[in-house]
Amino acid sequence: MSSTNVEDIKKHVAAYIKIGLALLILTVVTVAVSYIEFVVPLAIAVALAIALVKASLVAGIFMHLTSEKKIIYWTLLLTVAFFFVLIFIPLLGFADHLGRFTH
Amino acid sequence: MEIPYTVAERPDTGLNNVKLGIWLFLASEVMLFGGLFSSYILLRLGATEWPVGATILDVPVGAINTVVLISSSVTMVMSWASLKMNDFSKYKLYMGSTVALAVLFLVFKTYEYVTKFSHHDYPSGSTFLAIYFTMTGLHALHIVGGIVVNGYFLGPGSAMWRTERERFTNRIEAAGLYWHFVDLVWIFLFPLLYLT
Repeated sequence: MSSTNVEDIKKHVAAYIKIGLALLILTVVTVAVSYIEFVVPLAIAVALAIALVKASLVAGIFMHLTSEKKIIYWTLLLTVAFFFVLIFIPLLGFADHLGRFTH
Repeated sequence: MEIPYTVAERPDTGLNNVKLGIWLFLASEVMLFGGLFSSYILLRLGATEWPVGATILDVPVGAINTVVLISSSVTMVMSWASLKMNDFSKYKLYMGSTVALAVLFLVFKTYEYVTKFSHHDYPSGSTFLAIYFTMTGLHALHIVGGIVVNGYFLGPGSAMWRTERERFTNRIEAAGLYWHFVDLVWIFLFPLLYLT
């Protein structure tokens, strides 16, 4: 974040408090929604969707990612790409039928 | 020898080295926790049955800890904003609150662990408990790390404010980025482990 103007920072402070309140409300929503008896995959999808919104607010506003330099975005793009490799490549093991017993 | 580009921006990156350095560190942290999230998915999909977290874990305590950690993120960013507005006493207030909230998080986490152990629920008890203790344990270690760093900047490290204000403010921004990341990891851990 490059802004150094005191007036600008005061505006940011107001935003930080609003985002903090939004995060607290979303936490209550997360817990409340968990009492609805969804089937497990849907419950996970809903919980992750709310978590993604909360994470975006933290990363975008608190971590200033809405106004960062290009090199940070490129670094994070690479990180996200490898993160998905990390998550999905092991899952391919479930699609691999080699070595399984056949009847 | 003076460390280069702690305040001034490097012409090639457009950033000071503090900012780039902390983001590269956070990128490695994403891979560290990513490996564990990947393990969690594999273990859960491979299990014949998986308990709903709420039947094993204390949801109200987990929810309170979420509120505690989110509040600490707000006070952390406010401590940085206070320095930007040249208000050192407010910085101390907000940074002190951040450290206090982090300690409170650990108190609740310790209560949860002690309760589990008293019921003979150890990591060896089940696959769920194994991944629960591994992920929350690693996260708690990050909280401890944050307390050490932020505690230093609250105490002896804050002397830099008198001599190099901009450099100190950059340090707090970097510490803040780490702290928000720790908050971010918990935002995913809580629903995955406690609620689904």
